[in-house]
Amino acid sequence: MAKRAILGLVTLGLVVTAAFASFYVVPMERTMGPIQRIFYFHAASAWAGMTAFFICFFGNLLYVWRRQPNWDWLGVSAAEVGLAFTTIVLITGPIWAHPVWGIWWTWDWRLTSTFVMWLLYISYLLLRTLIEEPDRRALLSALFGIFAFLDVPLVYFSIRWWRTQHPQPVVMGGPGSGLEPTMRKVFFFSVLAMHALMVLLLSERYRLEKLRGEVDDLRREAEAQ
Amino acid sequence: MTPAALSPTGIRFENIDKRYGGLYALRRVSLEISAGECVAFAGRNGSGKTTLLRIAARLARPSSGKVSFLNGGEESGGPLPPAGFVAHATMVYDELTAEENLLLFARLQGIAQPAARAEALLREVGLEDRRNSLVRTFSRGMRQRVAIARALLNEPAVLLFDEPTTGLDPQGARWFAETLRGLRDSSRTILMSLHGESEVSTLATRAIRMEAGAVVADTRTGANLRSILAFANA
Amino acid sequence: MALLSNAAVLLGKELRTEFRSRELLTTTVVFILTIVVLFSFTFNPSVGESRRFGPGLLWLAFLFAASLMLQPGFLREQTNDTLSALRLSVSDPFAIFFAKLVASTIFLLLTEVLMLPVFAVLYNVHILAVFPQLVLVFFLGSVGVAIPGTAFSAISAQARMRELLLPLLLLPLLTPVLIASTEATAALLDVKPSLQGRWLGFLAGFDVVFLTALWLFGEYLLEE
Repeated sequence: MAKRAILGLVTLGLVVTAAFASFYVVPMERTMGPIQRIFYFHAASAWAGMTAFFICFFGNLLYVWRRQPNWDWLGVSAAEVGLAFTTIVLITGPIWAHPVWGIWWTWDWRLTSTFVMWLLYISYLLLRTLIEEPDRRALLSALFGIFAFLDVPLVYFSIRWWRTQHPQPVVMGGPGSGLEPTMRKVFFFSVLAMHALMVLLLSERYRLEKLRGEVDDLRREAEAQ
Repeated sequence: MTPAALSPTGIRFENIDKRYGGLYALRRVSLEISAGECVAFAGRNGSGKTTLLRIAARLARPSSGKVSFLNGGEESGGPLPPAGFVAHATMVYDELTAEENLLLFARLQGIAQPAARAEALLREVGLEDRRNSLVRTFSRGMRQRVAIARALLNEPAVLLFDEPTTGLDPQGARWFAETLRGLRDSSRTILMSLHGESEVSTLATRAIRMEAGAVVADTRTGANLRSILAFANA
Repeated sequence: MALLSNAAVLLGKELRTEFRSRELLTTTVVFILTIVVLFSFTFNPSVGESRRFGPGLLWLAFLFAASLMLQPGFLREQTNDTLSALRLSVSDPFAIFFAKLVASTIFLLLTEVLMLPVFAVLYNVHILAVFPQLVLVFFLGSVGVAIPGTAFSAISAQARMRELLLPLLLLPLLTPVLIASTEATAALLDVKPSLQGRWLGFLAGFDVVFLTALWLFGEYLLEE
């Protein structure tokens, strides 16, 4: 209990500090104005989401290898948290694009790849709802998760190459590309804060899944009598 | 049904657990089946008979515990030839003919002279004049004959039957009993799950009752064979 | 090697079964034809427009058709539990997948090659000069569709709502195949046709990645 509280407080501290820094510490960006500050939130969320999906992949591999339910719990928790952060990326993208370019969406290669990745992990979660038996659900979704994660770099590259042949306005410059030192520091701090948030959400979600799994087992045992 | 050279094979189940989520289909099942025994498993649906047979067939893996095949009392090393498995599902293709089905499985299993073997088996199960008919056109009894032929392709020393007489008319059941007698008398080890007393159950040399995934009675440890089978559906 | 001979025997079975009834092939061809016709109402099929939009819609049609055509793959093995018979008979479960994905590739390629002249006529594009290269692109793309398609057919056969599930699992994953195949096809149908080695290499890479994944993990897809 104490550990959870401490993690919560530390995360809160980091996130608040990051938010403060992105509003007050970092200088105003020259061309885009105040809306650019969303970049720290947007890009950091993208990294946190990606890390979460990597953790999901790791959980999937371990479940297929060891068949212990906790790896399945890790997998689904990481997928959901990753999906949450990915959704933030997809929402903040248009929020940023609209004042700057006057359009809500361009098929910018980063956003498009993120969208496809979002679809892949939504499918992962949907698959899980369609399989009743827990061990089967864990195994089959883990296998799909492995395939899905292997696809992610392929999606990124194919969309990127495609976009170099059919250029469109780019929503954001690359992180760290032409970032002034203060900006860079705040950016990495935001990444840290988002990761702390991700870990917090992941551990809470994991706890929930563990409890759910135990209740489910008890219910099945009871029904079988 | 006389095989060329059959090495009598026993089966040992050691502390078999099979879990589906929190549910135990099999709970610490330990059994030793001697070579040549013809064992009848009785029990309600859900008692674990089918699961145990599928584990013996190596279609399912136990959650914990081990199943091994014994040659002369010792565990046989090396790759195991598959046991012959006949379930309620026919496990043959409706869209292929009887002969095509047997040829397919014979080739997959790497059996020498698959065509000759398929023909011989079709003759033994009495289907040689229907060899070129699609299995889809067969009656339940005839489908079961194809299933048995398929199970016998590689001359297995162990045979597993999961509720083999379900859906058979009296003539079909009689044919099966005759066939089973021949298989038993050729020193194969047979495990079969049954629902109750019948012509088939009289061929058993041993009976085991299962309930809720555990063995509750065994003629080897003194239980009465008829009582095991008579209360099968209680 | 036992794996290849098993796969060959199983491939024979898949082909024999399909060519006996031809139900999969005929329904797929008609389905693609329907989509191709319907698409013609969504834009003005002049020569220039056809060259721009044609390859994309053709590949979309193939993907949709494939996600339906791959359904029966493992579903068929459930009717009489022939899957268990196969698992008992083959030395390596990968043979089952390999045979099915080769069969699916053949069926897909067949329907695509059949549809190509029809498409060329309806949309006024020139294919004759680049026909062999087009077949190469279609082949690499079809393999890319068949590999995850066969894997997910095994998954969806064990879940509910399988008719909708297979396209749902498959289509997002096939984004790279769609992009690479469309670009390569478009380049071949262009005013100055060219063979895009980069996209072909990418498709080949995609195929290798997922074939390896299926080889490593396939047996777990069939576990009980």
